[in-house]
Amino acid sequence: MNTYHIVVCAGIVPDPLQTLEPVTTPAGPALKNEMMLPAVLDPWSAHALYEASNLAAHFSGSKVWLVSAAPKAKLQQVMMNIAQKASFELVPVDAPANGFADAHSVARTLSETIESIAALDRSSLLIFGGWESASRGAGVTMQLVGEHLAIRDQFHGVDRLTVQPDGSFEVLERIEGGRHLVSVCQGPPAVLGWATGNLPEPKNNPQVGMSNMRTIMPALQKAKAGCLPQNVRYVSVNPPKQQRLTRVIKDRSPDDIAAELADWIAEN
Amino acid sequence: MELMPKNILFLAHVDESGTALPKAAFEALGAAVELAAVPDSVLTIGLIGENVQDSANALASTRARIIGVSGVEFARPRYSTDAAAAEAICRAVRPEIVIAPATSRFLRVLPGVAYRLKGEVDTHATSIEAAASGILAKRWFYRQRVEAVIQRDARPWFLLLDPGCHEPWAGAAGAAHVESIEVAVSADLQRTSFVGIHVPNSDAQTIRPDAKLLFVAGAGWCKKQGDSKTHVPEAETTILEFLQNSGASLGGSKSLVDQSGENQAVLAFMTHLNQVGQTGSTPRHPKGLSTCCHGEEPHVVGWRFINERRAINLDPNCGWARGKADVLYVADAFRVLPKLSALLAKK
Repeated sequence: MNTYHIVVCAGIVPDPLQTLEPVTTPAGPALKNEMMLPAVLDPWSAHALYEASNLAAHFSGSKVWLVSAAPKAKLQQVMMNIAQKASFELVPVDAPANGFADAHSVARTLSETIESIAALDRSSLLIFGGWESASRGAGVTMQLVGEHLAIRDQFHGVDRLTVQPDGSFEVLERIEGGRHLVSVCQGPPAVLGWATGNLPEPKNNPQVGMSNMRTIMPALQKAKAGCLPQNVRYVSVNPPKQQRLTRVIKDRSPDDIAAELADWIAEN
Repeated sequence: MELMPKNILFLAHVDESGTALPKAAFEALGAAVELAAVPDSVLTIGLIGENVQDSANALASTRARIIGVSGVEFARPRYSTDAAAAEAICRAVRPEIVIAPATSRFLRVLPGVAYRLKGEVDTHATSIEAAASGILAKRWFYRQRVEAVIQRDARPWFLLLDPGCHEPWAGAAGAAHVESIEVAVSADLQRTSFVGIHVPNSDAQTIRPDAKLLFVAGAGWCKKQGDSKTHVPEAETTILEFLQNSGASLGGSKSLVDQSGENQAVLAFMTHLNQVGQTGSTPRHPKGLSTCCHGEEPHVVGWRFINERRAINLDPNCGWARGKADVLYVADAFRVLPKLSALLAKK
């Protein structure tokens, strides 16, 4: 039976329903009232965590670590919810990471943190994370982490991982036109940047939450401070200005609306 | 450091046909050629594929030096071999700026190549231009909610240009000379094997990147209607007929695609791949029509690159009415869409 050591790299992002307004600070661009905005685990990272938890549940002896570089106070707030959804050991780094932090600095911090986990066995190591993010959305951090750890089997935009009887695994990665690239990898180590996968969000399980929080709170108290040098120079940072003057059409018959839409669709 | 780069590398890979470059590559080449028009700049083209000669011939009139890595090991996307090929080309050219199309193949691999070369990388660029202060790249943050113009001092700086953001380069084909680079493919680069491309059944192929129209279905299609019953089979038929008659690409709101994970009645052809918005895609189409979708901000950020927007919704106060659509029809999509399909079928 295979066992896996799965490290999930996850950032936190503002709740998607919040209005985001960029501001300039001495440290560079940031979001207005950033520390006050409710935060969630990045949606792609969250999928990666659910997939990791599911994989570990199917292969006994496997273990999941969640490595996150984020402001400690915000991370603690997010953990109150996410800890109830999957079993993991949190490895936090207290760092001022946001969407404007440089991916290269974040990747270096994550890589060094992963290297510091003493129990990791490289022969069973899978590095999971989000394919993109709801902050930078660059889709480069996982590749940089993989390169730092000298892992040359990488998959991004992953929707499915299926372990085969011989220990190899089949991976489906998103490509253009709503299709998937299908590959087979001989086995760990590998990096998988997840898209949305196929698993629903797990329901909250208070018992899992209680168990996780016993290790999460001490880990947060002992979190190392991370430094994220800024390599990017921001020339301008602005919200989109376009606001449309919406024409609201009421009391029109379906035939009239259909005719107007048909003409609109046919226009060049 | 000099503000303007002298050595610019354009990187591309051969597409699945094995003989041509993807459309996005010509767009990125257009940006690279513009950048290289600055005095003293030199453009080099690097190509990767099983056979790169046909693609090189198509670019002959750029008069740029063309370097290629070819062979059967480079026919299909694979991180290890693609990275080795791109790294070899970059080491041969020693560029300051690398411009490449943001295809799934290059988005997967070029960040790792930038790491190996001690460079830095930015993806999803929407414009790349030369200014007095140096190279400026524009890209979005927070899923199309904040737009920034950035610069970097690191070299090489890899920039991956999103499709649809630049006029494609066009020029006459000719006989190009390709300088071939040999890249050794050791066993450790072959731990991953290509199996195939999984394509949805032809009648379920609803994502059409080149379509003129994006059609978005919201969760309302699967909700109880005026008779207090759901009409999912009718919704499926109506939507598929519309897609067939309009040639539109199908998108979905998160609330609709998530219903499949919540064991609710769902549209059989709607998957997470169709999802548009904050946690989905941000497609580029000239027009978009939304139906049975409230137009909340997390969904509408996925419409950033849809130029003309119309919506059909029963709620006159939905998000679309608040400056997010050009026209909102307050109507029942179940009644409008069959009539619209019939009109389009006649046209």
